[in-house]
Amino acid sequence: MSHPSPESLRREAAAQLAALRNRTLTPKDRLTIPPQPMPSREPTERIHDVQEVALGYSPEQARLEALRCLQCKNAPCINGCPVRINIPAFLKAIAEERDAEAIAIIRQTSLLPAVCGRVCPQEIQCQERCTVGKALKDVRKAVSIGRLERFVADVERESGRFQPPPTKPETGRRVAVIGSGPAGITVAADVRREGHTVTLFEALHKPGGVLVYGIPEFRLPKAIVELEIETLRAMGVDIRPNFLVGRTRRLEALLHDDGYDAAFIGAGAGLPRFLDIEGENLVGVFSANEYLTRANLMRAYNREQADTPIYPGRNVIVVGGGNVAMDAARMALRLGAKEVHLVYRRTEAEMPARIEEIEHAKEEGVQFHVLHAPRRVIGNAAGRVTGLECIRCRLGEPDDSGRPRPVEIPGSEYILEAETLIVAIGNEPNPLLPQTTTGLKADRRGRLLVDPVTNQTSLPRVYAGGDVVLGSATVILAMGQGRQAAAAINAFLAELPPRKA
Amino acid sequence: MHRILEKQQLADEVFLLRVEAPLIARERKAGQFVMVQADTRFGERIPLTIADANPSEGSITLIFQTVGKTTHHLATLNVGDAIPAILGPLGRPTHIETFGTAVAVGGGIGIAPLHPIIQALKAAGNRLIVILGARTRNLLILEDQMARLADELIVCTDDGSYGRKALVTEPLREVCTRVPAPDFCVAIGPPIMMKACAETTRPFRIPTVVSLNTIMVDGTGMCGGCRVTVGGKTRFVCVDGPEFDGHQVDFDNMMLRLRAYKEQEDAAHHQCHLELELARLERKPSA
Repeated sequence: MSHPSPESLRREAAAQLAALRNRTLTPKDRLTIPPQPMPSREPTERIHDVQEVALGYSPEQARLEALRCLQCKNAPCINGCPVRINIPAFLKAIAEERDAEAIAIIRQTSLLPAVCGRVCPQEIQCQERCTVGKALKDVRKAVSIGRLERFVADVERESGRFQPPPTKPETGRRVAVIGSGPAGITVAADVRREGHTVTLFEALHKPGGVLVYGIPEFRLPKAIVELEIETLRAMGVDIRPNFLVGRTRRLEALLHDDGYDAAFIGAGAGLPRFLDIEGENLVGVFSANEYLTRANLMRAYNREQADTPIYPGRNVIVVGGGNVAMDAARMALRLGAKEVHLVYRRTEAEMPARIEEIEHAKEEGVQFHVLHAPRRVIGNAAGRVTGLECIRCRLGEPDDSGRPRPVEIPGSEYILEAETLIVAIGNEPNPLLPQTTTGLKADRRGRLLVDPVTNQTSLPRVYAGGDVVLGSATVILAMGQGRQAAAAINAFLAELPPRKA
Repeated sequence: MHRILEKQQLADEVFLLRVEAPLIARERKAGQFVMVQADTRFGERIPLTIADANPSEGSITLIFQTVGKTTHHLATLNVGDAIPAILGPLGRPTHIETFGTAVAVGGGIGIAPLHPIIQALKAAGNRLIVILGARTRNLLILEDQMARLADELIVCTDDGSYGRKALVTEPLREVCTRVPAPDFCVAIGPPIMMKACAETTRPFRIPTVVSLNTIMVDGTGMCGGCRVTVGGKTRFVCVDGPEFDGHQVDFDNMMLRLRAYKEQEDAAHHQCHLELELARLERKPSA
């Protein structure tokens, strides 16, 4: 599959824009503007490196795409956004070439537009509700809100105009933020803005959480994450990498001995789930977490410089249907696999991955085996993986998740050959904090229990949000919870008498 | 940054570094480990045992064998240099109680992680029989420190160059046959040695703890690369261990998993050795 070049997309958009100039557009006119495709690198070229695949709209494409918005009075898109961005307002600003205003509108409610514009599942959020998509009877033809969010965020970043938000005078109150992923970044910024002292604790050597160890460069350039971290530093947030709260220091000690007034737990869902099938501990079976952490955080894609090796595999099987499964499959191609097979128990319609990731994976040659379930891992005498026994399935009645349950078809077993098997079936929160903190309550799956409004945990002064509460969810939901928790922390600290730093 | 306060070469390929790490020194308990990175841009993260700690000085002692790129690099560092990243203490601390008579077996570099456990067992009032083994005399480490803690010390070498010419399992079996038999055994060393020790104590039904050192990336429960089969269940060495019931561990699977990156490691090791030699030669003229 070949893509139109970014330049031809730009030229086409420019011509169409010129034809619309000085005209008052009716809703009907807007509906006839063609949806703007995302300029992307050629699959045959991009699978040889880890550079970003989607190149972003040109200004001409962005204006044209923004003109497709009908400016609905009831703005259903806003209700589809977990942080309620004023979408019609920022789209109007882009259409009228007021990019600085557009990003300012987004920043009123969102902290990570360059990230969310790239990784949000828009087709089940804002774009799912979009009237344009409904009128054209295809969610893929909705206004590309996410791509436009990315556009203005990139314009701002590349212009160098972005300024860290101002902080209020020091209050002397101290907040410990545990985990530097999307939830932690959000809380650190929102709490620091009020003048409180913030320490951001990160267990790994590089801050950013899942944005750094999990999501690959080809989907989210690390320079974008680094800028967010630099912004926190510029605001005066103290970042402490290589610090595992629970082991390096217990949470209770931070609160009772080290003078922190409040803590926020944004430790994510980092504990990989395995399939619990025969042969799963053979050499060559990896959690997607391990595979992606080696490739992303440890930079194993850079064979010349990185010390961390990646297991070689000509044929790679990935089990799962979410974004992480797509990331792992596409990373395997970039690391030299000749064939990558994706095995998923349900159909493509049930896959939790973003449509764009599924499309990109297919374009790059990942072979999809839907309605196939893994049965057992097969190995050789050296204990190394040689294949995966799968069984075909059909869809049955809905299960607890509301999705149709895969039902195995007896006698349909077969063997898919591979040297590497990557398991991408989800993560759970790490149990370390509940294990080492008296009274910190979690549910059966390790998710911390919190108040739905304040995000306070079972302990006073301790708040939590993001995947540690939600299980594996999304960046935007983590950010939304972070904002909610930060508001509650700020309100709690405001009640305390001021103290000099 | 963790400044190096002391450096010693304990054996041919074994080095000791005492480094500043006040937070880890304060919190660490016997049996725990750290993840070390010699370079935070491209360097690997490797698990190393905390062989000792001094909370008042704010230091921990690391003992390691030069087996890979990071350990070779660490061996080229000197007092005053710094290690950029040390995370810890990690893993569950050793379960220490007053068992009565405990037999502790250390093989090769495994004597280093055994040291804090023996300190803790001794402090809990156990009678200690310590068996140390090494391939050859100049690979034996920490003999003096162990001699000070042990009520009885048995040293053996594979080649008979020092102590008894025997594998550690030989004296271990003898100790197990004594009346009364030891109440508890801890064995740390190469996987094959731990497996043999577990098989030795099994018929005597002596509870036997082993400390596993597997491949890890993060060391905090995130990657699962360290997973082992214990009693038929998958466990993570980094968060469920590093110590497990030696009678339940599937050592064969663990040994296969340890060889996952053998080819890449062998290539890197050769290169590292050359670099270490070069560093040594470059230092010589000024020394």
